[in-house]
Amino acid sequence: MLRDEDRIFQNIYGFEGADLISAKARGDWDNTAELIKKGRDWVIEEVKASGLRGRGGAGFPTGLKWSFMPKESDGRPHYLVVNADESEPGTCKDRDIMRHEPHKLLEGCLLAGFAMGAHACYIYVRGEFIREREALQRAVDEAYEAGLLGKNAAGSGWDYDIYVHHGAGAYICGEETALIESLEGKKGQPRLKPPFPANMGLYGCPTTVNNVESIAVAPTICRRGGSWFAGLGREGNTGTKLFCISGHVNNPCNVEEEMGIPLKELLEKHAGGVRGGWDNLLAVIPGGSSVPLLPKEICDTVLMDFDSLKEVQSGLGTAAVIVMDKSTDIIKAIARISHFYKHESCGQCTPCREGTGWMWRVLERMAAGRAQPKEIDMLLQVTKQIEGHTICALGDAAAWPVQGLIRHFRPVIEERLANGPMQEAAE
Amino acid sequence: MSDKLKVTVDGIEVEVEAGTTIMQACEEAGAEIPRFCYHERLSVAGNCRMCLVEVENAPKPVASCAMPVAPDMVVSTTSDTVKTAREGVMEFLLINHPLDCPICDQGGECDLQDQALGFGGDASRFEDNKRAVENKNMGPLVKTIMTRCIHCTRCVRFAQEVAGVPEIGAIGRGEDMEITTYLEASLDSELSGNVIDLCPVGALTSRPYAFTARPWELRKTETIDVMDALGSNIRVDMRGREAMRIMPRNHDDVNEEWLSDKSRFVWDGLNTQRLDRPFIRRDGKLVPASWDEAFDLVESKLKGKGDKTAAIAGDLVCAEGQFALKGLMDALESPHVDCRQDGAKISGPRGNYLFNASIAGIEEADALLLIGSNPRLEAPVLNARIRKRYLAGNYPIASIGEAVDLTYKAEFIGAGADTLADLLAGKQSFADTLKNAENPMIIVGQGALTRDDGAAVLASAIELAEKTGASFNMLHTAAARVTGLDLGLVPGEGGFDVAAMQEAAQSGALENVILYGADEIAGASLGEAFVVYIGSHGDRGAHRADVILPAAAYTEKQATYVNTEGRAQMTEQAATPPGEAREDWKIFRALSARLDVTLPYDNLNELRVAMYEAAPHLAQLDEIVSADAPQAPSHDGLGTATFTYAVSDFYFTNPIARASAIMADCAKAKGARSDAEGTGTDG
Amino acid sequence: MSVRRLNEEQPSEFAFTPENISWAEGQIAKYPEGRQASAIIPLLWQAQKQAGGWLPEPAIRHVADMLDMPYIRALEVATFYTMFNLSPVGEHFVQLCGTTPCWLRGADDLKDVCRKVIGEQGDITEDGKLSWLEVECLGACVNAPMVQINDDFYEDLTAEKFEQILNDLRQGNEVATGPQNSRRASEPEGGLTVLKGDK
Repeated sequence: MLRDEDRIFQNIYGFEGADLISAKARGDWDNTAELIKKGRDWVIEEVKASGLRGRGGAGFPTGLKWSFMPKESDGRPHYLVVNADESEPGTCKDRDIMRHEPHKLLEGCLLAGFAMGAHACYIYVRGEFIREREALQRAVDEAYEAGLLGKNAAGSGWDYDIYVHHGAGAYICGEETALIESLEGKKGQPRLKPPFPANMGLYGCPTTVNNVESIAVAPTICRRGGSWFAGLGREGNTGTKLFCISGHVNNPCNVEEEMGIPLKELLEKHAGGVRGGWDNLLAVIPGGSSVPLLPKEICDTVLMDFDSLKEVQSGLGTAAVIVMDKSTDIIKAIARISHFYKHESCGQCTPCREGTGWMWRVLERMAAGRAQPKEIDMLLQVTKQIEGHTICALGDAAAWPVQGLIRHFRPVIEERLANGPMQEAAE
Repeated sequence: MSDKLKVTVDGIEVEVEAGTTIMQACEEAGAEIPRFCYHERLSVAGNCRMCLVEVENAPKPVASCAMPVAPDMVVSTTSDTVKTAREGVMEFLLINHPLDCPICDQGGECDLQDQALGFGGDASRFEDNKRAVENKNMGPLVKTIMTRCIHCTRCVRFAQEVAGVPEIGAIGRGEDMEITTYLEASLDSELSGNVIDLCPVGALTSRPYAFTARPWELRKTETIDVMDALGSNIRVDMRGREAMRIMPRNHDDVNEEWLSDKSRFVWDGLNTQRLDRPFIRRDGKLVPASWDEAFDLVESKLKGKGDKTAAIAGDLVCAEGQFALKGLMDALESPHVDCRQDGAKISGPRGNYLFNASIAGIEEADALLLIGSNPRLEAPVLNARIRKRYLAGNYPIASIGEAVDLTYKAEFIGAGADTLADLLAGKQSFADTLKNAENPMIIVGQGALTRDDGAAVLASAIELAEKTGASFNMLHTAAARVTGLDLGLVPGEGGFDVAAMQEAAQSGALENVILYGADEIAGASLGEAFVVYIGSHGDRGAHRADVILPAAAYTEKQATYVNTEGRAQMTEQAATPPGEAREDWKIFRALSARLDVTLPYDNLNELRVAMYEAAPHLAQLDEIVSADAPQAPSHDGLGTATFTYAVSDFYFTNPIARASAIMADCAKAKGARSDAEGTGTDG
Repeated sequence: MSVRRLNEEQPSEFAFTPENISWAEGQIAKYPEGRQASAIIPLLWQAQKQAGGWLPEPAIRHVADMLDMPYIRALEVATFYTMFNLSPVGEHFVQLCGTTPCWLRGADDLKDVCRKVIGEQGDITEDGKLSWLEVECLGACVNAPMVQINDDFYEDLTAEKFEQILNDLRQGNEVATGPQNSRRASEPEGGLTVLKGDK
């Protein structure tokens, strides 16, 4: 188990103050200027060496992403945009960073922004996080007052501004180009790529969009060294990670753990185990609603990291672990997720706009037993017609949970349909 | 710049420029790529996903409209992956499409129908209820059946990008996304009808055309529009003798594929208020007459009275008619001829009255000065070209005239001729902007020339062009004007111009006036003169006439028009003239015989031989023959009065438009809209 | 998402208060010159607050004018983002998370409470105090089930506690926000498993 001293977020539960003095007592903003004076390349190299992979869901190597930014400005400003539009069902970790550890995020913004030649950073907070936004703004104000932001930020010689921005209820704005569109004052509709944000992002300028957690761990990585972070977890899946454990566990919680921790250990050690005991487990969605669920037999042994979960045809996503015990109507659970994607589809491209509603309607009927058995295969085909055919990954995210359901619980659906009319009569 | 890349499409190797999209490369290789949202004159949206192709080593299918080619790319448009992807997209588009094709006006010319046949599956698997979407008001021209919408956003992009009126949007999101205008206001654009063509399905259709015809029963004639001086290429669709609709044809150098609302929807005006037989005034009333009776009357008044007879050519008339009229007047030895019924003071070499830089040349320009011109109303499609150039950036635009919304940013540097004087004197900084530009343009509108100091304005504009190195461009509003000037329909030695004719008619110095399609002359201004009206519509000229000789409208004759840039084009006959109406030149030819000055041609070919001798460039169809350089004419000095624009009532500029109920509806909608704006509903 | 329409009844006009105008200017200043459209969400949100929890049509135009945006673009934004209420809401506007993590832990029971105490979705109680809407994941999944009422989250709810909260709000009683059990935030209930330190 991860030792407490290797936990980056010492105040994730908010037992201590989130204010600057408390944050400094935890080591935040400790001679940040010295880190910056080591230079841009040094920061990027440390983050590369740490093996940090993006914490927003896709798991793209963070240091590499930073290195895509132009080395020299062609006259256009560079921007860092922090994706705090945390909306993936099951996920509530960035919320805790913003309300309990905001200075880790702000210091990370300065380091990351410096590393990519940016003098301005926008933090896009989901609209519903009103209190979190206020907490973050308080921290920003404190940091400006203390000279940690603004001209010659933290005495580093680098001018740096951070602006807190917010959305107003749209999951799709968690997609980086949709977020940029939204930040420009438009509907959050993802852009076609190329061009990529590192070339043409916010206001047509080079931009990097990073998840809150990815940025907030950067100062600690720089202080303790990339190799420290890389020494945790396993190769390609290094470091610590905030896990969100929800659903049918005895003690749902957020916890920072080592990458690669066995799922069973994670649930039993920190969340009080599955309600009714491990054998009462039906399935787990291991990485937020977008990834396919895993039935108990896989959960018994699977490790919680990018590659292990990929091997079992799922994914780490945001490391939001949604636990379902045997009392769960698994068809309904996935139907509700399908409703989510139908609700959150931006409507721009055909397969997602039309397909998400179609999947949801079929699943609702299936949950009620009102479908024909042949519709199971049809539904699977519909997921394949969406997957890989859309502008952004929301299409995939909508398709995968349904694929997971059919992959692992087909007999349950078949049984429900076989007993359909009876079921209806009983209601 | 010509870095060629090698791309293989379905085994066929093609070389394309870097920056080419995969779709373009596929077309180069002869592979057909289905699409709905992509349109080559709009920005790329990439949202329909119909154009997916397979690219070797790409993890998933690629939207070919949006992806540039890479060196040695290997593309398949025929693989199973591609076929499945297309069928999938097609199925998604159809699950919520109403399939009400039997009652859909798009039927037969619907991209969705065509591509469903070509690329779709053969059965529907969708068991749930289809979506229904409330229709939205978009004004008198665009009918909406929004359940049919496939959300390609072509209309949104057209309004924003080409028309420059960002008034259409997609509200809501997901499957509930809906296309609408703000609070369902009608579109404030002179180009709104183009969204009907752009809509790939039957969501946006022509309201006036609704439920009137099926496309396959229409006789289609490719011809030229005369509603403005642009010479837009059009197709007139007829059923029997009745014009059912007008559509644009593509001409890259003229109208691209756009058409103004007036040009597109004026067709009902072709079917109403028509002069279909001769009339003569008896006891103050116009009564039907035979051609013979009418000619008898004209003969009795005009014979031997050439010097007491004047002729005015109108805005919509053709070269052949004007040539014959000019021939007749010459034969009658009358110098009193004018084709400038608006009184524009135009004189000098051909370069003085052409849009010398050419319409397409707008895109090469890098600075623009408008003098007394509002191209948005005077030539909406040309205005869209200016906007296109404006959107490309680095294109300073200034205007002398009243501030109006041109759909692009222009600096209104003054309202009157004094500003023009300042520019000439170098006292206005935009003169430097012009001077410092590589390819500056000056556009002069008719509103700046119809004033007392019109000649001075023309001279000053030409001098300014010379001084700053700018091209001099005249924007006409009348389709007939350039041919009129080319053929010399201006007062001869001692002849009266239009204003002088009116004075002379009132004083009795003139006894007869021939109005050839001239309807912008106030009837009372012609005093007691005997008026012969030759034209197609019962409008102002006919109301004043003592004799009416019915002629052909622009869709009823094969005739030559020269547009504002000097491009000769020929209309084709979509229908015969109604009733007893005759082609214009034949009327003049017959009249000449009655007046014993028989014109020396018996058929259209002979007329053209003679006409081409007088103006050889008229024979060079679709070419711009280079004109003599502009020369500042003599004048009496610039005044200071404010410029007024030539067009204020866009929908009512000519007799055909005034006969159109659709145009009246448009004007009403426009009026309602400005009333709403005028009462200050702004929060 | 279902079809969202502007309310039939609309006030004749809307204008920001002087305080909100200067606040809005501060927001606009966050973005580079010419990029003032970036401020549309914050401004519409402030307009909604000023108008009592919903966004009247004249407010959309008011904000569009302030930002030099075409009205239709502002309307697109107002209808795309679901936190903009296009019809009036109760003084205490309940957004009830119904997405799977909350559903697994009893969101349906909370819906029953809403129906009992308030009525159907979108209904406003006669006293104008309460209305509710089922929304998608609000991002407090380890504290499920939960609702948002105006600016605050109420977490770790049971039907009983939720009903009490609604009644208290209605009566103007003070109500504690956040987790409604013994938790402070997202730590496991019944004792920390990590970071025990000196706590």
